[in-house]
Parts: sequence; structure tokens; C-alpha cells
Amino acid sequence: MYGYVAKRTLLVLPTLIGVSIAIFLMVRLLPGDVIDVLLGADTQVTPEVREQARKQLGLDGSYAEQYWRWASGAVQGDLGDSVRNAEPVSSILRDAAPITLELVFLSLLIAVVVGVPLGVVSAVRREGSSDYLARVAGLIGVSIPSFWLATLLLLFTSRAFGWVPPLTYVSPFDDLGANLSQFILPALSISVFTMAIVMRMVRATMLEVLSQDYVRTARAKGVPRRRVVFRHALRNALIPVVTVVGFEVGVLMSGAAIVEIIFGLPGIGNLLLQAIFSRDYPLIQATTMLIAAIFITFNLLVDIVYGFLDPRIAGG
Amino acid sequence: MTFRRRPVLAAEGVGEVAPTAWSDVPRGRLDFLGRWRNPIGLVGAAIVGFNVLVALFGPFVWRIDPDEQAAERLLAPSWDNPFGTDELGRDTLARVIHGAQVSLQVGAISVGIAFAAGLVIGLLAGYYRGVVDALLMRLVDMMFALPGLVLAIVIAGLLGPTRTNAMIAIGIVITPAFARVVRGAVLEVMGYPFIESGRALGASGFRIMLRHLLPNIGAPLIVLVTTYLGTAILSEAALSFLGLGTQPPEASWGGMLNTARAYVDLYPWLSIFPGAAIMLVVLGFNFLGDGLRDILDPRLGPQTGGHVATQK
Repeated sequence: MYGYVAKRTLLVLPTLIGVSIAIFLMVRLLPGDVIDVLLGADTQVTPEVREQARKQLGLDGSYAEQYWRWASGAVQGDLGDSVRNAEPVSSILRDAAPITLELVFLSLLIAVVVGVPLGVVSAVRREGSSDYLARVAGLIGVSIPSFWLATLLLLFTSRAFGWVPPLTYVSPFDDLGANLSQFILPALSISVFTMAIVMRMVRATMLEVLSQDYVRTARAKGVPRRRVVFRHALRNALIPVVTVVGFEVGVLMSGAAIVEIIFGLPGIGNLLLQAIFSRDYPLIQATTMLIAAIFITFNLLVDIVYGFLDPRIAGG
Repeated sequence: MTFRRRPVLAAEGVGEVAPTAWSDVPRGRLDFLGRWRNPIGLVGAAIVGFNVLVALFGPFVWRIDPDEQAAERLLAPSWDNPFGTDELGRDTLARVIHGAQVSLQVGAISVGIAFAAGLVIGLLAGYYRGVVDALLMRLVDMMFALPGLVLAIVIAGLLGPTRTNAMIAIGIVITPAFARVVRGAVLEVMGYPFIESGRALGASGFRIMLRHLLPNIGAPLIVLVTTYLGTAILSEAALSFLGLGTQPPEASWGGMLNTARAYVDLYPWLSIFPGAAIMLVVLGFNFLGDGLRDILDPRLGPQTGGHVATQK
């Protein structure tokens, strides 16, 4: 098992390096000179000033040199300075990351707590009306735009309860209640998609498990139906669901990028968009890399957990 | 790291084992009529058909110019303006109809890009295997390491905020999904004797890909195209909502939702109608895809991990 964990962890390195090269090239290969964009069409700018700016941004030298500077800096926690306000990118990210992580974690929690029971009901009452309803609800869940749902939720709470969440970010360490009341609507609006996916997955795996011999044996020896479903079947049916969770973290981070804007949460998604609109290249590069790193790390954790839950994977 | 554990799409990676699956498919599998009793698929087809009709003929039926401004603004829905009017006095229904045209264009072009690129990558990887396969698939894995919409935001943002760029970005982002499914299907078909006999008769690689592989990987591709049309439309709406897609004053569902945010409390119809339009169309494509999967890919059954969108 330790060998498996070590192997999986080591395999992350080439992915991280590959992704970092891809992001690095993406920012450079796209049309337009960064310097032109930043300095504008100002004719007063002398070539010396341009060179100065180029150097400051770490854009001098060959691509290989530039990449090496960026990557070796990143490993040491130095991601350069933001172009806009000269603040170190690493400290900007440190402030933004926990907000997005909290949002992703809460929505994952909502999705699993609601999605798993729905999937079980749907599988147990196969072909019944509640199964059909759940199947249609699942398809609706993957079709609702999260940003529209967010708007509707805001509209609903303000009309029905005269309540809107606080508009400036409150840290959970200052006031947990206010923090949660601020996160509940954005978390809910992005969790619906994942909830639907979890539900469909649980339904599929439950149907498979319920048709297996050991389930029939348990029923035959007189174990109550409810106990068979929850103790015997569900425990095994949930294992493959773990894998969905890793993938869904990516979907949730995509959703977070949008709802953070709607709810005024200064998370990574919000940061990425600000960086893009102000053409803050060091910040775009670092934020994208951070998102990739979080996604890759989550998938690694899922792989490891899966190895423990289903030892056949680690052995094979 | 491979991201193989994502929910399995049709035919993905099944090919490495002995190809028994397709032989289980009954010969008359394209005999649709008998199987068209799938209510979800039918509802989906109806919704998609309705949307196409609205996009094609809507402007001839509802003859108000979507960009025409009026002195009286923010009117509530009425007989003259069934969906109300916006902050510049423009008719919301006319703008929603224009949005339908935008969404279909976006769906067709970005899925077209992904389809073409994914087909080439998948065919090459599945047919030549070895180094070509390893290289192309590592590239695909790499693209899966970034959440879809995040990648689309970055590409569209760097290219510059226009609808053309948004469509290119979405096309690039969904290409890996097509490449994987094509590769999986190709690997499966490659195991059949008719490929070997084709080779023995001296057919070129190009001919085998075009005449023998392509016609046999249609079913999973049809399902994929259908569901990704929904995904592409949803993604463009998201990009336009963020200001990275269709630019105002042109009407698009995502863009309308963005401007409507400022008015949501007092003039909710400005948010409700464009959002409902997005949901309806995406729902239509998802329903249709679900139904088609039942019909064309009996192995998967109605729900076996049938995965819909990757981006949102």
C-alpha cells in the first residue's frame, strides 16, 4: 500500500511540470506583445523603458530561461509581483485560496449529503415513479446554469425573507455564522450540478451492487431489507462514487469562478478574472497554475483513498 | 497522472480487451422506430427542434428589432412585450430570440472545432498506437488537468473578449473529450477481422481510417456531439456572462443575464427569461443525448454512469 501511495504521488510531478509548461507557453504564444498591451500605444515610451519593463516582468531572455526563472521561483514560493499594484503574487494567492477552498468544500458536502440518498431511493425503487422523477431531476440539475440559479436564489431570499447575504467577505475565524450565511447561497448554486452527477453515479452503482449474490444471500438469510440496502449494498456502492468527487472538484472550481463574482467573494476565481481583465500576466499565470495544482492534488488524494477502500486497485 | 477515473463516456477505453461488445449489438440497431418510445429522448428532440425553429423563423414571426430602443424603459411583461423590456427599452422577447441564434451558432462552431480536431487526434492515436498514441494522449491528459471552464476563461481572456474567440476557446477545451472517445472506439473496432483483411488487401492507412473505422464509430460520437452541444452553449453563456464572450449591445443570453444582475430585485423578468432559455436548450440537448444513448449504445443502458457535461 505504501508503495502504491508513493508511486501515485511521484506520478504527479511530471503532470505538474507538463501543466506548468503548457500554462507558461499559453500566456506567451497568444497574439500580441505583453509589453505593448501594458504600456499601451504611448509613443513617448523609449526602447530603454520597454527593456526595463521587460526585465521587471521576467520577460527577457529565451523561453527556456524565462521558464526556468519562473519555475524555480515558484518552487521557492516566489511567483513574481502583480503588475497592477506590485504586490507579491504569492501573498495575493494566499489570501484568496482559502475562500475558494471553503466554497468548494461546502458545495461538495451539500452535493454528497443530498445526492447520495436520492441515488439510493432511485435505485431501490427502480422503474418506479420516484426513480423516473429522480432521473429527470438529475438531467435538470446538470442543465441549470449555476450563475442563473445564483441570481434566482438571491431574488428568492430577498423577496421571501427580505434577506441578502453580506456583501463584504467575513472570515470564518472572525464570525463563523456570518461567514456561513455568506457562503450558503453560492455553495448551493454550484452544488446542484455535482449533486446530480453524484445521484446518477450512486444510482448506477447501487443497481449493480443490488443485483449481486451476496445481497441476495443476505436477504435470503433474513436480514431486513433496510439493513441490506444501507449496510451491505451502500457501503460497496459508494466506493466508485469517490472517484467522481475528484473530478467534480474541477467542475466546482469552474463554478466558483463565476459565483464568486456574483456574491462578491474575493476567491481565486474572482482573482483570475480581475487578472485577465487587467492583463496582469504574472497573476494570470500563477492563478491558473494554482487552480491546476489544487485539482491535481485532489485527484491524487482521491486515488489514494480509493486504493485504501478497494485494495484490488493498489495491488494491481 | 492519468485522469482515467472520470465517469466513463461511451466506448472509452473499452478497446484494449477483446472486442465482444459490438457483436452483442443486434443487427437492426439502427432500426430506430421501434425504439423511439423513449419519452426522455423524445422530449429532448422536441425542445431542440423548437429552439431551432425559433432561431430560424423567430425574427419573421416576432418582428421587433432586438436592438431598437424605446423611451419607456423596464416595462413589465404585457401583450405588447410578453417578456417585458430592458433598461434601454429594448424588447426582451426579441433579444431572447436573437440569443437563440447566437447559441446555435456557438454550439455548431465550437462543437465543430472539437469534433474535427478530436476525430483527427483520436484516429491517429487509435490507429498508429505506440509513440503517436502516447504523445497525443499525454497532451490530452494535460488538458484535463485544468477545469474546463477555467481553461476556457483563460484562453478566451488572453485572445480577447469576442464571441469568435469564445467559440475557439470552447472548441479547444472540449476537444480532449472527443479525442478520447474516438480513440476508445477506434481501438475497439481495430480488433475486428475486417480491419485485418483490409490491410491484407493492401488498403492504405488513410483508406482504412476513412472507409472502415469512421463509419463504425458513429454511435458514441452522435451521443457525444449531442451532449456537448449543450455544454458548449452553457459555456458560451457563462463566458458572455463574465464579459468574455458576445459583447453588448448584441443580445446573447449570458450577456443579458449579466446586465440584468443590476436590476434583478425590481425587474426580475430581465433575469428570468434569458436564464430559462439557456436551461431549456441545455436540458433539451441533455435529454436528447440521454435518449440517444439508450437507443444507439445498448451496452450502457439508461444510466450507467452516463456522464453529461464537463464544463459549467
